Amino acid sequence: MQLPDPETLLSDISKEIKAHIAAHGAANCALVGIHSGGVWLMDRVLKSFQIKIDNGTLDAAMYRDDYNQRGLKAATKPANISFDVANKHIILIDDIFYTGRTTRAAMNELFDYGRPASITLAVLINRGGAQLPISPQIVGAAIALKINQSLQLSMDTKNKLHLTLEALNA
Amino acid sequence: MHNPQLDVNGNLKHLLTIEGLPKRILNQILDTAETFVGVAERDIKKVPLLRGKTVCNIFFENSTRTRTTFEIAAKRLSADVINLNVGTSSQSKGETILDTVDNLIAMHADMFVVRHAQSGAAHFIAQHVPDNISVINAGDGRHAHPTQGLLDVFTVRRYKPDMHNLRVALVGDVLHSRVARSEIHALTTLGVPEVRVIAPKTLLPADVEKLGVRVFHDMKAGLKDVDVVMMLRLQNERMTGAMLPSAQEYFKTFGLTQDMLNYAKKDAIVMHPGPMNRGVEIDSSVADGKQSVILPQVTYGIAVRMAVMAILGGGQTNALQTASSLPSGGAI
Repeated sequence: MQLPDPETLLSDISKEIKAHIAAHGAANCALVGIHSGGVWLMDRVLKSFQIKIDNGTLDAAMYRDDYNQRGLKAATKPANISFDVANKHIILIDDIFYTGRTTRAAMNELFDYGRPASITLAVLINRGGAQLPISPQIVGAAIALKINQSLQLSMDTKNKLHLTLEALNA
Repeated sequence: MHNPQLDVNGNLKHLLTIEGLPKRILNQILDTAETFVGVAERDIKKVPLLRGKTVCNIFFENSTRTRTTFEIAAKRLSADVINLNVGTSSQSKGETILDTVDNLIAMHADMFVVRHAQSGAAHFIAQHVPDNISVINAGDGRHAHPTQGLLDVFTVRRYKPDMHNLRVALVGDVLHSRVARSEIHALTTLGVPEVRVIAPKTLLPADVEKLGVRVFHDMKAGLKDVDVVMMLRLQNERMTGAMLPSAQEYFKTFGLTQDMLNYAKKDAIVMHPGPMNRGVEIDSSVADGKQSVILPQVTYGIAVRMAVMAILGGGQTNALQTASSLPSGGAI
């Protein structure tokens, strides 16, 4: 399968994120990246902006619904939300949208910081397979993948993004 | 030999002592604790990890501070917490430890935090409980107090992240301190090249050098150029006979005053596990001074205990799941 170029997708979603911010006013908006891929994307989006905008990072590990099955994952990252979440239009950024469970966890975590005005989900790729009534509003590309396929975003030492598709051993 | 603290997959199952814990697990606890530090600074100081779980603080020996920090940690993880001061309850009526524990198991407790004056008590309970229950040692006699050791190491790492270039001095009653052993193990495991102990001979265990430390009986020599000064509390309640001349005499020789602290590096930090004997092992001006990180230690203690409970409390139903029924790591 020919995978899209993540750099092109990033530039596409950056434009949409910019338009979303313009509609609400930069002072009323904030970007939140979900570790790890979402944070890379957010940092790149922020770099391409001329304006300053509140931003933060989440891991959502403490809000996941598979804690009883899998425990806490080994490399959790601290959340860093240093702005006031209340009444902000928040753009939540993740790399790949799949079941929607990470988004659910991230939203729950955000609400423990305050009551945002709105949350918009921006992702590089929607791979299909949502298990919850959640879907991203800003999408770089939609690719239907099988359950035994794993799509991963990585970043090299020159901050260039790469997508890799692997078959999982069932 | 099987390490009773780890399960068959090498994951943490109980926390009984820092001795024998691999570096990987120590780092996992410290890294996880980093994620919990910020929880206390939010509007809602709670995360839902242990929602619906019951944590029992079984204290066969009083320790208000330790019990309180475990209670806050469990509550910030959304657990229900039951505090049992067994010294004042059933044991005084003749119930055995295991009877007490069996009763709590019958009440569907999920985690036990155990404090006991006898070394090995937590280990004994850990061997007795069923697979789905984890035990945390909150201090057993002179043996171990692993969460205190971990929070001290966490504090060191936060202020002095380059642990491979540190000199750390432990000052005071090493003989009676269960924290000192835990700390020495954790510091050396995490790569601290030089750990010193400074104490009178009467307050040092006979085999102290075997722990891999340099021993000093003089404060000035021992504190010279250290990055971290860890004070230990004089454990009057555990002392028998004439181990010390007098509190005043002890303070003169081994008390931490600013003049003494000046022998350490300029940016050295001062730690104390509490409760402090001001004017006995530490001068008030040092305890409240710029180099003191004694109160941050308390704050970090909550994060470290949350980390330990969060690591122990998850994955309990793992055995019921097959690997293929779970989504893979990465993006979900």
